[in-house]
Amino acid sequence: MLQLIKIKSLILISSVFFVLSNQAYSAGGTTYDLIKPGFSFEGPTGTFDRAQLRRGYQVYREVCASCHSMKQLSFRNLNQKGGPEYTEDDVKLFASDYTVIDGFDDYGDPVERTRILSDRFPNPYDSKEAAKASNNGAYPPDLSLITKARSGGYNYIYSLLQGYGKEIPEGVEISDTLSYNPWFPGNGIAMYQPLYEESVEYEDGTFASIEQMSADVTAFLAWSAEPEMEERKRLGFIVMSFLLIFVLLMFFTTTRLWRDVH
Amino acid sequence: MDTDYKYEPKNGLTRWLDSRLPLMRFTSEHVLQFPTPKNLNYFWTFGFILTMCLVTQIITGIILAMHYAPSTLLAFDSVEHIMRNVNYGWLIRYIHSNGASMFFLAVFIHMFRGLYYGSYKEPREVIWILGCIIYLLMIVTAFMGYVLPWGQMSFWGATVIINLVGTLPLIGESLTQMLLGGFAVDNPTLNRFFSLHYLLPFIIFGVVLLHIWALHVPGNNNPVGLSVQGKQDTVAFHPYYTVKDFFAYTVFLLLFCYFIFYNPNALGHADNYIEADAMVTPAHIVPEWYLLPFYAILRAVPDKLAGVLLMFGAIAVLFFLPWLDTAKVRSGRYRPVFRYFYVLFVIDCLILGYLGAQVPEGIYLFLSRVTTIYYFAFFLLVLPILGRIEKMKPMPIGISNSELSRDMVAAE
Repeated sequence: MLQLIKIKSLILISSVFFVLSNQAYSAGGTTYDLIKPGFSFEGPTGTFDRAQLRRGYQVYREVCASCHSMKQLSFRNLNQKGGPEYTEDDVKLFASDYTVIDGFDDYGDPVERTRILSDRFPNPYDSKEAAKASNNGAYPPDLSLITKARSGGYNYIYSLLQGYGKEIPEGVEISDTLSYNPWFPGNGIAMYQPLYEESVEYEDGTFASIEQMSADVTAFLAWSAEPEMEERKRLGFIVMSFLLIFVLLMFFTTTRLWRDVH
Repeated sequence: MDTDYKYEPKNGLTRWLDSRLPLMRFTSEHVLQFPTPKNLNYFWTFGFILTMCLVTQIITGIILAMHYAPSTLLAFDSVEHIMRNVNYGWLIRYIHSNGASMFFLAVFIHMFRGLYYGSYKEPREVIWILGCIIYLLMIVTAFMGYVLPWGQMSFWGATVIINLVGTLPLIGESLTQMLLGGFAVDNPTLNRFFSLHYLLPFIIFGVVLLHIWALHVPGNNNPVGLSVQGKQDTVAFHPYYTVKDFFAYTVFLLLFCYFIFYNPNALGHADNYIEADAMVTPAHIVPEWYLLPFYAILRAVPDKLAGVLLMFGAIAVLFFLPWLDTAKVRSGRYRPVFRYFYVLFVIDCLILGYLGAQVPEGIYLFLSRVTTIYYFAFFLLVLPILGRIEKMKPMPIGISNSELSRDMVAAE
């Protein structure tokens, strides 16, 4: 009987996972499988590729940032451990490209200054309404958390970025203001094709194919959604190692203690 | 339970304290020396595990509340502030959000254990009912907690559930407005949910104390289901069960930490990382996994009010379990037919959970109706009838004596 109950509890736990994993893929509403290139940050010990994060930031800054905000990020994050790890001077330089209204002077006039490390990334639009007006009524979502905010995660973003220029299958109607993208729910996406070959000229000389840029910016977005990832996995390794040893000790203690109870 | 052990203060100070506040006596008699059946299996460790879950949620919750801002304008960003700028804020939040799931996983195992071994039967009815109250409070607390990050699923989940309350006759409308603090989910809703989400865990804590108090009157049930007959059947709670429980808890922690460190968002929904927007409805509104079975029951019937009543009924029926099950034998070990119905019931609940995440159409709708019918039939038909007609297996004489009882053998 005990055996049976053990099996049952296993069924219980595994079914929970089954329901959950199923849930993650049912919401996408697309028939295409996601492209999974295999990123360096996957798996229990995976870390970000610094060079890739830097290329990804360049793609974001030069392409995506013209429409998409990343309001959760500050410039100092680019210098933080576990991220692109730019030098402080580099980041200061990035920040100084943008200005911000910082309070009022003694005459009540707004004070404009260049951005510094502690400032957030600039928002390309002053308001949600302005953003919509410039994009045929569609609001370009904030990208800070985008890989966590879509089912399919970073693989979805990676696939979506490469989903342009495909032939529209028969029977699929896409309105003039939308682009066909097989990975977007409903297949009609308001964002025009954002990446073309050599849309950016990489500082490290990497050839900027659409695939390369998609992977790079996806990695950057994955980092921005989970900037704690490397620290989390590192701490997780220590905690799990400790627990495994502790579980063993507790097991021996328990069996030793109960040995004489009949 | 009568204990043979009595606390004796050993020196002047403890004697002085014992006649004023018998704290040492209480600890000694109810924790350290408490006689506990020696045959408890690992399913009995979940009481301790659940206590640890509650304490973990309260501690991490208090810290989160120091940084969280319960305003529709700030809530979402303040959670991200915790994740990004607060020292180890991501750790504290992931412990709290995954902790809720682990809490429910443990409580389900705890309840299914009670169901199998008849832990709700005389004289333990009150323990069971207090447990049901804790479970109900847990559901309410978890639901309100899920609203606080103010993501899309927070907002729309709250909208759907509160609308359900509105279908109740007479009290529905005023109750809805009281929950909302207005006419739609908005800032007043978020504020009161935060306030109640902070309050309820302490009420749960109080009921847990009652639960344990009620447990300490008859003492633990056990896998055999027979009452303790004497000293030979028990061991002291400490060190035997403190050590065993803690061993089980460390195993539980391994699973907990796997989620925290390696898959922290697996148990949540992607949409909750999108800030709440009253103008955009998500394609599928689904609750957290631990509420899915009830969600499936709710959607199994075409009528909204009937669905709501069934959903509440699915929890309400648990309160009557001690009187619905007519079998005098406690443990499922000696109930050959009950065992099959029980396994079927566990599978039924799992399927209901799966169906709760699907769109209620076609085969899913049909299956959710079948499983809903069995859920209620198990309590309202199987348990009352089976207890009267089932032929029990021979039982041992006592916990320490595996010799089969004479009258039971005769009954065979």
